[in-house]
Amino acid sequence: MEPTSLNYTLNVNGISHTVNDAWIGESLLYVLRERLGLPGSKNACEQGECGSCSVLMDGDLVCSCLVLAASVGDASVTSVEGIAKFDAHSDDRGLSSVQQAFVDAGAVQCGFCTPGLIVAVHDLLEHNPHPNDLEVREAISGNLCRCTGYGRIFAAVETAQKLRAADPTTGPTTGPTTGATTGLTTTSTTRAGVI
Amino acid sequence: MSVVAPTSLQGVLDALSNEPDAHILAGGTDLMVEVNMGHRRPPSIVATRNVRELRTRTRNGNLLSIGAGVTYTQLGAPDIAETHPALSAAARTVGSPQIRNSGTLGGNVATGSPAGDTLPVLAAFDATIRLLSVNGSERSVQWDAFFLGPKRTARLANEVITAIEVPILNARQDYLKVGTRNAMVISVAGLALVIDPASETVRCGLGSVGPVPLRARGAEGWVAERIDWQKMTIDTDGAVEFGRLVGAAAQPIDDHRSTASYRRHAVATMAERALRRLLPS
Repeated sequence: MEPTSLNYTLNVNGISHTVNDAWIGESLLYVLRERLGLPGSKNACEQGECGSCSVLMDGDLVCSCLVLAASVGDASVTSVEGIAKFDAHSDDRGLSSVQQAFVDAGAVQCGFCTPGLIVAVHDLLEHNPHPNDLEVREAISGNLCRCTGYGRIFAAVETAQKLRAADPTTGPTTGPTTGATTGLTTTSTTRAGVI
Repeated sequence: MSVVAPTSLQGVLDALSNEPDAHILAGGTDLMVEVNMGHRRPPSIVATRNVRELRTRTRNGNLLSIGAGVTYTQLGAPDIAETHPALSAAARTVGSPQIRNSGTLGGNVATGSPAGDTLPVLAAFDATIRLLSVNGSERSVQWDAFFLGPKRTARLANEVITAIEVPILNARQDYLKVGTRNAMVISVAGLALVIDPASETVRCGLGSVGPVPLRARGAEGWVAERIDWQKMTIDTDGAVEFGRLVGAAAQPIDDHRSTASYRRHAVATMAERALRRLLPS
């Protein structure tokens, strides 16, 4: 008989999770929050507009609301809960350099957009440790914040660069990645995939 | 109910053969919005994300074949930006980095939205859509026979888009887009302009100003006569008139995103601007 629900596994933050009795149309965001107890990724627009659900999938920054969870397969998902684990510059309190920078710079107001911005800025600095102002703006252009006016967020990106530069650990360690290589076209943030 | 993510094109065909009602899922940036909003409840899904064959770009003589699974981010890669900068520019205007990492050229074509950002470029280049059916037969459909209406295309339910073929022209080209802001915006009007000195022809593709992407063929023919091909220049009156003719070729409507009159004005302005940029005096 044709099954009416799905069972599959998801690799999130380096841990394999089992998902049972799921509906076919569940987004990765829904499964993270409602099934796996990982509510850091936020649910707002459900159409890729706000970036609050941003995660890394095989090293690519994506909106988890637009990822069909059951199609993820073997891909490695890194949510905000796992960012510190995959940041070589994390401190002994378990905060990633970007998380610490957001705290230091006061870049958090209501906090709803913060997890998505943490993941987006982490992704930016892993690929481009010293972005210029326009590169920062483009990198977070998919993350809406309605409180801060972005000033403190830009300050946090600068702080994060300093924290990373001051940290003796060298070289970006982005955790599980495949595919993404740096391709220079019009800016250094535009990444090209492997042909 | 099943979700399969084959790693080969043959696997996709087999899956579609087993589940003829399945929806094809590429980057998810269109389909998942409909699923999240409750507008679609797919009985089964065939995901193409793991098919490496669909992520290739191959150059064959003067033809660039771009796999349907190539993402907007990948469309900005140096090999494509070198030969088709207008396509890279169009891809860069799509959504956000998150969207560009997920969404694909094949998905843009398959959805066939009048506002699809890459479609004016594909129109300007006279792109061809490659389709493969579950029975193994292949066919090529030129863009103007492929886009039939808003979100209606010539793709059959048992067909997968495998690649989009665009000729490589040693041509000057640009893509311009008007929206309410720069980031994360759906196009109010889009325009691709290609000026080919070798054939002394101009090609102008329009987006969001008709039920399907359009070409402003009358304006193209008129301006090709007006351009000084030796000096690669255009006079001011000629550029203005080109804009007016392109505006007249648009078939815009009023909708929630803009008005018909503004859209016509926008494409006219973009046409003149793109022409002046590509043929600086």
